[in-house]
Amino acid sequence: MTAQPLRFFSFAAPSRFYALAGRLLPLFWVMAVVLSAIGLYIGFFVAPTDATQGDAYRIIFIHVPAAWMSMLLYLVMAFWAGIGWAFNARTAAMVARAIAPTGAMFTFLALWTGAFWGKPTWGTYWVWDARITTELILLFLYLGYIALVNAIDDVKRADQAGALLAIVGSVNVPIIYFSVAAVSLKNKSAKISTTAAPKMASTMLAAMLIMTFAFWAYAFAVVFMRTRTLLIERESHTAWVAQVVERKIPG
Amino acid sequence: MALAPGSVTWLRGRNGRGKTSLLRLLAGLSSPADGEFRVAGQTLREGGAAWRSHWLYVGHQNALKDDLTAFEALRFLADLHGMPADAAGLAQALKRMGIHNRQQAPVRTLSQGQRRRVALARLLLSRSVPLWLLDEPFDALDADGITALNSVISEHAAAGGCVLLTSHQALSLAHPVPSVFDLEPYVCA
Amino acid sequence: MTRSVFMTVLRRDLKLASRRRIDALLPLAFFMVALSLFPLGVGPEPKTLQEIAPGIVWVCALLASMLSVNALFNGDLADGSLEQMLLAPTSSIALAAAKAAAHWLLTGLPLIVATPLAGLMFGMSAPAIAALALGLTLGTPILSLLGTLGAALTLGLRSGGMLLILIVLPLATPALIFGAGAVGMVEAGLSASGHFSLLGALLICSLIGAPVATAAALRISTE
Repeated sequence: MTAQPLRFFSFAAPSRFYALAGRLLPLFWVMAVVLSAIGLYIGFFVAPTDATQGDAYRIIFIHVPAAWMSMLLYLVMAFWAGIGWAFNARTAAMVARAIAPTGAMFTFLALWTGAFWGKPTWGTYWVWDARITTELILLFLYLGYIALVNAIDDVKRADQAGALLAIVGSVNVPIIYFSVAAVSLKNKSAKISTTAAPKMASTMLAAMLIMTFAFWAYAFAVVFMRTRTLLIERESHTAWVAQVVERKIPG
Repeated sequence: MALAPGSVTWLRGRNGRGKTSLLRLLAGLSSPADGEFRVAGQTLREGGAAWRSHWLYVGHQNALKDDLTAFEALRFLADLHGMPADAAGLAQALKRMGIHNRQQAPVRTLSQGQRRRVALARLLLSRSVPLWLLDEPFDALDADGITALNSVISEHAAAGGCVLLTSHQALSLAHPVPSVFDLEPYVCA
Repeated sequence: MTRSVFMTVLRRDLKLASRRRIDALLPLAFFMVALSLFPLGVGPEPKTLQEIAPGIVWVCALLASMLSVNALFNGDLADGSLEQMLLAPTSSIALAAAKAAAHWLLTGLPLIVATPLAGLMFGMSAPAIAALALGLTLGTPILSLLGTLGAALTLGLRSGGMLLILIVLPLATPALIFGAGAVGMVEAGLSASGHFSLLGALLICSLIGAPVATAAALRISTE
C-alpha cells in the first residue's frame, strides 16, 4: 500500500475499496502463482543438497516464509483493527477480520511443515522450543480472535472487541517468545537447536525470499477477496451494492 | 429539545421508538452510530469522567444487589457517585420514599415496587446534581410511591434542577407541569 | 464521607462473597479436585508425580481462576449495577482494578494458601513448595488481571466461559512458563531468582496495562 496519503483515505470508502480490490485481484493471483512456481523450483531443484540434513531440509522453503507471514499478518491485522477502532473506519475493520483466517492458516502451515522438518532431522515431530511454541500460541491467539468476533452479534462491538484483543495479543507475542526462549536456554534438556538451519547458500536465501513474496501476494489476494465479500454482506443496504449485484445478474 | 433549569420534560413515544436509547446516549452509556454527541462543545470522552457528576441516570433496572440490605444497597450507590451519605441521611432518604421499615431487609425479599422505591431514594441524596435522567421511574410504583416521587421531582425542579423522564402512564405531576417532547417526528422510518 | 470507587466496589464484592460463602469456596474446591485427578490418571509413581507437579498445580490454578472469573461481571450486568458503576464520575480503570483485586482475594489467595497441601499431595520437597507458593503469589494476580480483561470482553455472551478461557490462556502462558520453571530450577538446585524477577516484571506490566484495557473493554461491551 504505497499510495499517497491523500488518495489513500479515499479508498477507505467501501465502494471504492471494493472496486480497487477487484481490479488488483487478478494481478495478485498471477504474482502468487508465478512467484511460488519460481521459488519452489529453486528451492526443490536448484538449491544444493545440505551436507548435514540431506534433502529433507527443503521443507524450510515453505516453513520459514509461512512462519514469517503468520507473525507479520498478526501485526497487520492488529494494526488495521486498531485503525478501524480509532477512526471508526468500517473498511479497516473488515480488512482485519479478513486477515484472521489467512493468518491462522499460515500459522498452521508453519507448524505442520515444522513437524515434517523435525521428523527426519531430529527424529521427532514436535519439540517445545521457543519458536515453535510461540507459533502454537500464535495459532491460539488467532483462533481466540476469530472465536470472539464471531461470538458477538453486534458488528461494531465485535470489531472493537477484536481490535482490543488483537492489540493485547501483539504486545504479548514478543513476551511469549522471550519467555520460552529464556527458559529453554537455561533448561539443560534443550539439546535441540532449531537455529541449526543449514548454512545459507545464496540460492537458498533467494528461494526463501521469493516464497515470502509469493505468500504475500497470495495473502493480498485472499484477504481482498474476503474483504469484498464482507463489504457486500455488511453494506447490503446501500445503493452501490445494489448496483454491483445488478451488474452481476444479467437481465 | 431544550431543557431549561426548573423544568420537567416528559419524553414520549411508542414502544421501541428509542426513548431509552436517547436517555442512555445523554447519560453517556452509549455512543451514536453516526455523528457525534457533544456536551458544552466537548464530546463525552474529551470531557472526561468528572463530567458525569453533572447528571444522574436511573434506568429501567434498579441496580440493587439481591444479597445486600436496602440500606447497604443505597449506600453503595451513594458512595459510588460520591454523594455525601451518612447513616442518618440514608435512613431519611429511605423514609421519604416510604421504605424505611424494610431498610434492613435483603433486597431479594422486596417486591418490585419496594425495590423501585429504594432505587429512587437515591434522588434524595442527589439534589446537587443538576440534570436527572429517569427511565420509567413510575414503573411498579403504587399510588403512594407515585405521590412521593412526584414531590421529590417537584422539589428538584423548584430548586432549579432539571428532569427528563419517560413514562408509559400519564403523569400526575402538577408542579411544574411537565412539557412534552414527542419522539415520533424524529424517528427514521 | 466519600470513599474512592476502588474501595467502594472492592468492599461491596467482598461483602457479597461473605453472604454466599459456599459459592466463594467453589474455585478452591475445584482446584483440589482437579489436582487429585492427576495422580489417579497418571499413576501414583512418586518420581513422575514430582516431575509433573509444578506444571499441574499451575495449570489447575489457571483453570480455577478462569472458571471463577467468568461470572465477574455477569451479576452486575443483569441487575443494572454495572451501568451505574460505569456512570460513576471517576475513571472506569478504578472499577476494573477493584474487580480484579476482589477476584484475586477470593480465588487467588485461597489457592496460594492451599499450595503446601498440593505440594504434599505430589510429594514435593519443602524448597520446591516454597518456590511454587512464591510463584503463585506473583502469578495469581496476573491471572486475575488478565481474567478480568477476558470477562469484560466476553461480557454477556452465550459462549462466555469457554471463549474466555480460549482468549486468556495464550496470554497467561508466560506466567505459567516462568512459574513452573522456577520450581524446576529450585528442584535442580539452581537459583530461580531470574524466573521470579521476570514474573515480577510480568506482574508490573499487567498491573499497569490490564485495568486500562479492561476499562476500554467494558466500554466496548456495554455501548
